[in-house]
Amino acid sequence: MNGVPLAAYLGLGLFMFTTGVVGVVVRRNPIVIFMCIELMLNAVNLTFVAFARYQFVKLPQDVAVAQNQMMAGQMMVIFVMAVAAAEVAVGLGIIMAIYRLRINIDVDELNLLKG
Amino acid sequence: MTDWFLALHPVWQALIRALIVIAVLFCCLPVVIWLERRLLGWMQDRLGPNRVGTITLRHRYKWVPEALKGKKIKLFGLPQVLADGIKAFTKEDIIPDGIDKLLYVIAPAVFVFPAFALSATIPWGPFPALTPIADVNIGVLYILAVSSLGVYGVVLAGYSSNNKYSLLGGLRSSAQLISYELAMSMALAAIVMATGSLKLTDVVANQHDAIWGLFRGIENWNILTPYGFVAFIIFIICMVAETNRSPFDLPECENELVSGYNTEYSTKKWVLFMMGEYVNMLTYSAIAAVVFLGGWHAIPVNFKILAESYPSTGDIWRLFDVLNGNSILGPLWLLVKMGMFMGSYIWLRASMPRLRYDQLMNLGWKALLPTGVANLIVVGIWIVASEVYGPVGGWLAFAFAAALLYILYRQYSKATKASETLESRQVTLVDIPKPQPAEEAVA
Amino acid sequence: MPVNGAETGLALGPNMLVFAAAAGLAVLASIGVVAFNNAIRSALCLVVNFFVLAVLYFTLNAEMLGVTQVVVYTGAIMVLFLFVIMLLNLGSKSLLEEKRDWKRPVGLGLGVALFALVGSQLLPVTMKLTTPTAQENFGSPQAIGRTLFTNYVFPFEAVSVLLLIGIVGSIVLAKRRI
Repeated sequence: MNGVPLAAYLGLGLFMFTTGVVGVVVRRNPIVIFMCIELMLNAVNLTFVAFARYQFVKLPQDVAVAQNQMMAGQMMVIFVMAVAAAEVAVGLGIIMAIYRLRINIDVDELNLLKG
Repeated sequence: MTDWFLALHPVWQALIRALIVIAVLFCCLPVVIWLERRLLGWMQDRLGPNRVGTITLRHRYKWVPEALKGKKIKLFGLPQVLADGIKAFTKEDIIPDGIDKLLYVIAPAVFVFPAFALSATIPWGPFPALTPIADVNIGVLYILAVSSLGVYGVVLAGYSSNNKYSLLGGLRSSAQLISYELAMSMALAAIVMATGSLKLTDVVANQHDAIWGLFRGIENWNILTPYGFVAFIIFIICMVAETNRSPFDLPECENELVSGYNTEYSTKKWVLFMMGEYVNMLTYSAIAAVVFLGGWHAIPVNFKILAESYPSTGDIWRLFDVLNGNSILGPLWLLVKMGMFMGSYIWLRASMPRLRYDQLMNLGWKALLPTGVANLIVVGIWIVASEVYGPVGGWLAFAFAAALLYILYRQYSKATKASETLESRQVTLVDIPKPQPAEEAVA
Repeated sequence: MPVNGAETGLALGPNMLVFAAAAGLAVLASIGVVAFNNAIRSALCLVVNFFVLAVLYFTLNAEMLGVTQVVVYTGAIMVLFLFVIMLLNLGSKSLLEEKRDWKRPVGLGLGVALFALVGSQLLPVTMKLTTPTAQENFGSPQAIGRTLFTNYVFPFEAVSVLLLIGIVGSIVLAKRRI
């Protein structure tokens, strides 16, 4: 959008990413930690799209190359979404499996592998 | 008329378009509810609401002409809906203890929002200025996106009510909606591929073209094409499942879950749930009519082409074209088609027993989704072949691909048949053997 | 290359207003994800956040990505999250609530440090860039489809295989007896 600086989008993305990091460090519920990871992925997605729209680097003269450069950010976002979907499916499966083994799913209590 | 409208600020234009759609939906709502109760009553050999609103012109009324005295004006019970509404809004609103109050209150609103938002990209007639609300180039995807939001209202209601039955209803609903969303997107994807555009106005325009790319006088309604017919069947099944209607009303089935996700809701909030359900049905009917039944045309005949082909009788064909929906009559025909779908909803509810949960999942994942994917493959082959060899070659390739897939499916089901029969439980009654001497029992 | 419009500079017009409203909601929702003690509230905040992100994608002219965001994240992934949270909640009420301890201030401090560190390097440089330079229709389904199936076919197929593996993996993990 005209008039809105790229920094605004990047700042929002950075804030969301930071909140995600804080959430992963602070929370103990594996599902919430998972959600914070999703938040981080989405923050990165936002910066990808913002960079793709504003083209921080000067576009090359060759039209095909420039086209490619413009679309790269969005392609990355699509792949991130697909990977996130696969990750959530497997991750939630793992959480359900852990829950079935032991009723407590607090991540600090999951120390079965500790000798 | 369109000039002053287009001169307005875009925001006002959008607001007017949205208000028209919402007003039409709200006007349809009482009629649909009344229709459901009367039709259901008729199908089940009972009366249904037929009394409310009967006006008796008594003999002592001075203003009534002599001839009409003692007669009754019957409204077929249509004001029953109004009476029910007044009742619902004046009853005591019961909010149970121990609930998640915020979520409990916002859940009905969350349920209603997608139902109305769904109608944003549906074109209602041949008026590009007035309809659809937003003619975006992602129309079909928008429908899928918004319809996938519908699950939140149900899940939130189920969770926040602090009731096991509600929670089970919410869980069932989320699983059901996700499952049927996939098959529905496959059905719509086939149409989108054949159309070559995600815009719903393009989908309608494509249906007003020559049928099968061959005969110009008849319109190419998607239901008249083989792939479109398969997609249509899948879509209407998914549509019934997505709106939580019988025979897919497991989230609110009475004999297992009291009333499912809306067990703890009463009065206004319950009315909102019902309203959301009926608006959902209406908008899905409109989508089915627009995507598969040629939008706002009454019959699949292209009278414009006929007028060009037979110039001597051109005026008659042009009149037929106007009657066929290329005029103010267009929205009317769309409403008639929507009414047809509503009728079939009610017919289904009256005649079908409810599915069991495993049957529901099997139908969604093992029948509809593979069929949808196969349809998609066949459409892809058809598109490539008709681009290379023209329409006739395209349809030959289509038939060949469909036959091949069908043979593969038959072989597959034959190969897996053996294991299937093993799973069916067979009970054989045998005599209990008498206790034998020890040495024989060992053998 | 098409460069649409002249350099406008930072302007407090309707565009900024729309962005500020959406961004404010996104910030509140993302704080809510971390701050709410109740997992289902966190999940709902995340839903709001993803929905607002879709709106932000629309403001960046990436309408295809915006609608994909709604379909994939709010429509599928978050429903899965809610599903699992509700399934686990069936057992006991206090299962997914957690206690406070020293981790909170430390995590918050680290977060502020991260924000300051990256922000001080990144934001002043990009503050001057106020005019989008990409084509207006760079986010249309046609453009994305063409690029996805020409230059990015191999990653696309690789991701599809990954998704298939994900499906198989989750079934293997979740099913009691196969």
